[in-house]
Amino acid sequence: MPIRRALHLSGLEPLVIDSDALFVNVGERTNVTGSAQFKKLIKEDRYDEAVEVARQQVANGAQILDVNMDEGLLDAEAAMVRFLNLIASEPDIARIPVMVDSSKWSVIEAGLQCLQGKGVVNSISLKEGEEPFLEQARKILQYGAATVVMAFDEKGQADSIARRLEICERSYRLLTEKIGFPPEDIIFDSNIFPVATGIDEHADNAVNFIEAARELRRRYPHSHVSGGVSNVSFSFRGNNTVREAIHCVFLYHAIKAGMNMGIVNAGGMPIYDDLDADLRERVEDVVLNRRADATERLMEIAERFKKGSKEKDSGAVLAWRELPVRKRLEHALVHGIDQFVIEDTEEVRQSVTRTLDVIEGPLMDGMNVVGDLFGAGKMFLPQVVKSARVMKKAVAWLLPFMEEEKKRSGDVSRSNGKIVMATVKGDVHDIGKNIVGVVLACNNFEVIDLGVMVPAQKILDAAIAEKADMIGVSGLITPSLEEMAHVAKEMARQDFHIPLLIGGATTSRAHTALKIEPNYPSACVWVKDASRAVGVAQSLVSKELVDDFLAKVRADYSEVRERHRNRGSGKRLVSLEAARANASRLDWSNYTPPTPRKPGISVFDDIPLAELLPVIDWTPFFQAWELHGHYPAILTDPVVGAQASELFGDAKAILERVVAERWLKAKAVVGFWPATRIGDDIEIQHQGEAIRLHHLRQQADKPVERPNLCLADFIAPRESGVTDWIGGFAVTAGLGIEPHLERFRQDNDDYSAIILKALADRLAEALAEYMHRKVRTELWGYAAGETLDNEALIAEAYRGIRPAPGYPACVDHTEKATLFRILEATRNAGVELTEGFAMYPAAAVSGWYFSHPVSQYFVTGRLSREQVADYAKRKGWELQEAERWLAPNLDYDPE
Amino acid sequence: MSHNALPWSNPARVQMLTNALARRILVIDGAMGTMVQGYRLEEADYRGGRFATHGHDLKGNNDLLSLTRPDVIAEIHRAYLDAGADLLETNTFNSTAISQADYRLESLVGELNREGARLARACCDAAEAATPDKPRFVIGVLGPTSRTASISPNVNDPGFRNTSFDELRINYREAAEGLIDGGADILMVETIFDTLNAKAALFAIDEVFRARGSRLPVMISGTITDRSGRTLSGQTTEAFYISIAHARPLAVGLNCALGAKELREYVDTLARVANCHVSAHPNAGLPNAFAEYDETPAEMAALIGEFARSGLVNLVGGCCGTTPAHIAAIAAAVDGVAPRALPQDHAVAA
Repeated sequence: MPIRRALHLSGLEPLVIDSDALFVNVGERTNVTGSAQFKKLIKEDRYDEAVEVARQQVANGAQILDVNMDEGLLDAEAAMVRFLNLIASEPDIARIPVMVDSSKWSVIEAGLQCLQGKGVVNSISLKEGEEPFLEQARKILQYGAATVVMAFDEKGQADSIARRLEICERSYRLLTEKIGFPPEDIIFDSNIFPVATGIDEHADNAVNFIEAARELRRRYPHSHVSGGVSNVSFSFRGNNTVREAIHCVFLYHAIKAGMNMGIVNAGGMPIYDDLDADLRERVEDVVLNRRADATERLMEIAERFKKGSKEKDSGAVLAWRELPVRKRLEHALVHGIDQFVIEDTEEVRQSVTRTLDVIEGPLMDGMNVVGDLFGAGKMFLPQVVKSARVMKKAVAWLLPFMEEEKKRSGDVSRSNGKIVMATVKGDVHDIGKNIVGVVLACNNFEVIDLGVMVPAQKILDAAIAEKADMIGVSGLITPSLEEMAHVAKEMARQDFHIPLLIGGATTSRAHTALKIEPNYPSACVWVKDASRAVGVAQSLVSKELVDDFLAKVRADYSEVRERHRNRGSGKRLVSLEAARANASRLDWSNYTPPTPRKPGISVFDDIPLAELLPVIDWTPFFQAWELHGHYPAILTDPVVGAQASELFGDAKAILERVVAERWLKAKAVVGFWPATRIGDDIEIQHQGEAIRLHHLRQQADKPVERPNLCLADFIAPRESGVTDWIGGFAVTAGLGIEPHLERFRQDNDDYSAIILKALADRLAEALAEYMHRKVRTELWGYAAGETLDNEALIAEAYRGIRPAPGYPACVDHTEKATLFRILEATRNAGVELTEGFAMYPAAAVSGWYFSHPVSQYFVTGRLSREQVADYAKRKGWELQEAERWLAPNLDYDPE
Repeated sequence: MSHNALPWSNPARVQMLTNALARRILVIDGAMGTMVQGYRLEEADYRGGRFATHGHDLKGNNDLLSLTRPDVIAEIHRAYLDAGADLLETNTFNSTAISQADYRLESLVGELNREGARLARACCDAAEAATPDKPRFVIGVLGPTSRTASISPNVNDPGFRNTSFDELRINYREAAEGLIDGGADILMVETIFDTLNAKAALFAIDEVFRARGSRLPVMISGTITDRSGRTLSGQTTEAFYISIAHARPLAVGLNCALGAKELREYVDTLARVANCHVSAHPNAGLPNAFAEYDETPAEMAALIGEFARSGLVNLVGGCCGTTPAHIAAIAAAVDGVAPRALPQDHAVAA
């Protein structure tokens, strides 16, 4: 599709204003003549804060940013250049085009020289005659900008309809005929003057503008009409509610007449229908000059409204509400706005014969747009989940009507396919699975979500009962990998043929190919992340695609297996004996391990969440939503920045309520025990009992200067005679989450439910960090003087480590059983262990504390059969048991 | 009057060019730097007799070879013409005052552009004389310079700039004058990292045309720096096009940074939005671990052949890592494939 005859503007991204475009908001707050606050910031050289004003305008829906520095005491050229250069470095601001606004041509030209995109000049006019007007317009062509043309000529500013048309006509002809200025790059501003001034001649000011706008759009359909909206309400300055109502009513009528852009306070505009009915009527009388006493009648009630209103909706919102209802539904779905969805859905329902037509018509059409945008990388996961929330609410509204009709007709809706999904037995992590569920539901798959800790047989029974087209299993912790292989085996044994989808953070193509698919060769597909889920599911239900797709997957996995078989001896492990000989040898003769100030168990029953907020590491929160990048840089990332900021805003709003209304309870238990190293084990003394903690050693072939590490190395060995200590902890921030999740579910709001879960995870991690600091500075107290900011904490720039069982330095999840026993973690912190050694609530962290200055995190890596057998012996297990729990780390294929 | 109303400097050449564009996909030449490397030239080659005592190292200043080793540059030009190129790019990528300042040769800018254009002109004329049915055109190249007008080089001071629109405009004006004097058929602003630099170049070109009272066709080629799909200065492909469309170019395209495979989706975007001809001269794949380009002529030609068959392009060629063998393969791949049709309602620069 070639570029149409439309106004094309650009910042970092395009803005196309054609006849289909909604009203375009030009943000006005970055104008020193219109905003006292902005003027103060610029005059006081507070440019950082001035940039924030611009960011706010964009966040509130400004699509073009008007920048004006015309103030007597300012060097307007320098201020314009500095400000434009600064916002050029902010991708979330620079994505929209700039309107360079000045009454001085030199300032405009200086501004144009800073814009890489195509901006707008505001403005040129015939005020000084034809020559300067055309000369400036020529320059604008050379710089590649559009322009606002003011209805102003040698005789003055136009105020009647006739003068407006006369000046615009003359300007248009000069521009298009004399210098070939493109009509679509011309924006008329025919002067918005105040109403309700008490002067009779002003009564028609708004009406005249509106009528002129109508005629201008008729005569010059490729050109545009704009204006500075706040002028119209000038006589009510100091009364923002009434001013905003006047803007709103004025725009309502001016937009209908053809005004398609306006300089407005993006973010400060109520919705026409939301206005107080009495106020709206009286404002309308004034704007449309419907009665002689209109001004008096508005004055009468104006005082009542003098408390500034808090409406946040902008003119863009107002404008989309003017669309036909089906378009409104599409808009709501694409933008994730659930505010009006029920009334709009109901409006459509009343116009169709079958309720199902609402879903299969406008709602699915809207979701298809969402699907297309997502597929094209133009929407990101959080938006899709928000869209799904809107869809769910609409469907929930329609369900009773459909039930009713079904009773009468027996009609049923058709979905793309049905999938039974579950987090496998022993595992409680479901954020990723829930996102996949929502994304699939958005694409018209019917999702039967069985929840968490679901045994294989229950999954299979549900698949049969529901006549599912496919099964999806998910899990986060490593034992879940084994459970997934088990599900696959059971599917084969019970003669299933439907596809099995594998997902979750620890899963991989290699693991699926090597360990799962061979158990269920019918159809087993690893799904990398939520964004791939739709493509995979659609390929699997498509008669045309499925065979090729599966053939490709099978070939791919068989190649992975082939490579695995032929991987050769490139990375040989050393023997256990050699690895132990290369252990790190700490000098215990010149080192005295610190003694905890508070040995034994300490319980922290209700830690205020507010204390955890500064310690939150946000980066993984965005990862959970498949938005990749580091916080805070991600908020201004050119690609995902806008979405990340929006998600962050929504998350912070929920987090505020979580803290203020105490939705979640945070508990922690910490303990310290005398400890001594015995080989690769650590023996602790707990209530008169000697208890062994078992650890594993790296076996990679390493140079001498790099030891083969084992956590036990960081504890003084028995033969040193030194008294050493180890700590342990279990914390959770997820207590009490269920009723809130349930409430969101009832409200069909998966978006907020997933945010809440992810926030609880972040709070639990923050709590672990917070407790670790408390341990270092108080409870163990070996670093009493430590002062680290949040970044340093996240970067782990402190002494000591807190490795968690099941993670790279100590890969055996079952060690959590010992940890939980000695901490009495279930009683003391409310955290339970599942049979797969996952923690419940899922928002929980547990681990060991090591205090030695050289203690460090490391990756254990591959283990030889020799070490696994040795470990089994230490644990009192059969070899097979050890191989089962250590499966992801085995360097060999067990019998 | 708008520069679009200016007459062509050489209407007959423009007619030949637009006729050729209407009939087939035209082939631009390949990399200059890659080919120069093959000659393993030393400091003395770069200096020649004229700059023997110049107070700054000159090795690596490839544009200077137009003066000191014109035989090498002409040989490379001829190799590309023999491979089937319809258009030669002048050896003037760094011939601006900003870039030549690195070698303290700012004073040479006019001469470098003039001689660079003359060399290419002579090679094209010779080839055209041998095969009069196949006209060959000289593209006068205006490179990006080493500075960016809309990005701060100082992370601590985002408002800082190490150049300005005016400085760039004056740089480009001087270069454009030289290219026109040397006989270029077309001017091309290429390898655009920062659209504001390009806008300064286009502004300068417009000034030159107005001063001379006549114009040449202009080509514009941006650079999508990575898979984010943005220019270095952060623009999407469509935003980039909108920002330079006011110059009413003969062609707009993309080159450098990516290989044909990675570049495809952005060329596709341009093909959808651009009202003018579309060009693409990608690198020979992505650089390998040794920063070398190892896509073979056959591989690259297969990808570009697909661009052509999908109706995306009017001009194709190669950037970093491409050789006459690549250009010959590309020329063969697009031979006989219809060029992208121009959007209906459009009046081309012609």
